[in-house]
Amino acid sequence: MITKNDIPAIEVVDLTCGYDGNVLLDGLNFEVRSGEIFFVIGGSGCGKSTLLRHMIGLHTPMAGAVRYFGENFTEADSGRQQEFLQNFGVLYQGGALWSSLTLRENVALPLTEYTTLNESERDEIVGFKLAQVGLSGFENHYPAEISGGMKKRAGLARALALDPAVVFFDEPSAGLDPITSRQLDELIVDISGKLGTTCVIVSHELDSIFSIGNRVILLDKQARGIIADGDPRVLAAESTDPRVLEFLHRRPRPT
Amino acid sequence: MSESTITQSGAEAQLSPAGNWWELRLSGRWRVTTERPRWSKLITGLPKPAGVRVILADDIRWDSALLLFICDVRQWSAAEKLPCDQSRLPVSVMDLLEQLAHVQEKPRPGHRSENFLITVGLAAQDVLKKTREIYTFVGECVLSGVYLVKHPHRFRWADCFEEMQKCGAMALPIVGLISLLIGLIMAYQSAVLMRQFGADIYVADAVGLVMVREMGAMMTAIILAGRTGAAFAATLGNMKANEEIDALSTLGIRPVDFLVVPRLLALALMMPLLALYANGLGILGGMVVSLGLLDIPPTAYWVETMTAIDLSDVATGLIKASTFGVLVGLAGCHRGLQAERSSAGVGKAATSAVVMALVLIILFDAIFSVMFNVLGL
Repeated sequence: MITKNDIPAIEVVDLTCGYDGNVLLDGLNFEVRSGEIFFVIGGSGCGKSTLLRHMIGLHTPMAGAVRYFGENFTEADSGRQQEFLQNFGVLYQGGALWSSLTLRENVALPLTEYTTLNESERDEIVGFKLAQVGLSGFENHYPAEISGGMKKRAGLARALALDPAVVFFDEPSAGLDPITSRQLDELIVDISGKLGTTCVIVSHELDSIFSIGNRVILLDKQARGIIADGDPRVLAAESTDPRVLEFLHRRPRPT
Repeated sequence: MSESTITQSGAEAQLSPAGNWWELRLSGRWRVTTERPRWSKLITGLPKPAGVRVILADDIRWDSALLLFICDVRQWSAAEKLPCDQSRLPVSVMDLLEQLAHVQEKPRPGHRSENFLITVGLAAQDVLKKTREIYTFVGECVLSGVYLVKHPHRFRWADCFEEMQKCGAMALPIVGLISLLIGLIMAYQSAVLMRQFGADIYVADAVGLVMVREMGAMMTAIILAGRTGAAFAATLGNMKANEEIDALSTLGIRPVDFLVVPRLLALALMMPLLALYANGLGILGGMVVSLGLLDIPPTAYWVETMTAIDLSDVATGLIKASTFGVLVGLAGCHRGLQAERSSAGVGKAATSAVVMALVLIILFDAIFSVMFNVLGL
């Protein structure tokens, strides 16, 4: 969906998240502009996936709020949250396809639930989405019958089924070969460019970050928050923070 | 021609004349999750133009709903042999329209629905395939068994003992409860009938014989099919989905040696013991009903039971129990190893393991009945 206003697509305001009383991220503040390809990076265990799960409402934050297009998602009632969710697409690490359904049925499910399209229109959109991710002809395959990379692409087709305003990606390149990983990057640029979709990507993949990222935030376990925020290329060139250099240049931190 | 406008859920399509042509102006918020204007409704009652020109408003917000609408316009224009001017559409919309048109042109594979003959044919093929798989699996188990008899140090005794505890000792409460209730029910049903003929004491014969020869082994097997067979299938199915079985194979360890034979042996050894326990509790159930309903003292009941059953009855029950144990284990392990590599596959494996075990139990019970009758046991 194209949105042409200046309100940030996502605002994270004083967000504190963690599990069982253990704070992983404390008082996080950042904004994601509409149509941006935004990366969340950081070492293992720093809370990237936790942040993502809090942003999409799978967990309730300990404090703070997440706003989408100016509206508070965290404090919205469950009915309104349900409406918000129609504007999110999420690509999980392993694709998270429903194994008892074919790819066609996987992609069609959000359309069946949330639209009044008839079967032939639904089939058209499913075919279109699967073609967009390069899976034409695999409509009747079950997830067990396709490769890991194809599962991710099918997961992306499902995430894009309702043309969401924001798509979240949890480690999209994990376990993919460089060619498939690059194709997925091109796909992200494509959907962001053509539909103005805001993409929030949790990743470690430096190649992807530098080639397609508009902005990046670097999370740190010790700091329990953001230690760098900006254009990845600028950060890599200009930052003097050893933690940033260690991550973005794979350079050992001076002792 | 006058203007025609349809606004639906915030999406607006306005058709106005421009000379001989129609100018279609699209604006508002087009969302696939809400109803969109329909082209067929928009043109109802209007005379045929020389062509259609599509224009997007600057502030339009759109998604696939807009693409579907423009596709309808293009298809109508093509059918009416009229030009459709899309030169004023943005490049991004044109790109996506081309992709959608490409998908529409390609024949889409049909749904996976088949006619009756294909369904029957596929089912027959499936039965043949599964039968072959079962034979192969039984053969593998026999070969593994022979190998492990020759190389007992390779046998995983620890796993076998653990399985014995799980499928034997831990099944005692449920087997005990069900057997006691079966004994009670059988005694109660036969007591009502026998009392009419003054043959009260023969309740002991009926309960004792049926429990020892038939129900003890069969009920235990049915309980274990649901409890242990399904667990075997789910465990092995999950291991297959996680590539643990492949890891064993690549280490040169046969999964049947490592996973199946210890489980089969555990069930084959535990089932007769559980069946004996079930027999005892079934007889106890009958004794309780006889005492309460028919006033037969427990000693008399016991003596009558002992005269009714002999060692061959107990032996037939135990042979059945041991065989049923192997069948439950075979069904569970076979289905687990054949499971699809997915969560749904594991669920299907557990279900079909129970079904397969139940069918095999009844089938072999019938075979045993005929065989023991022929042998005079």
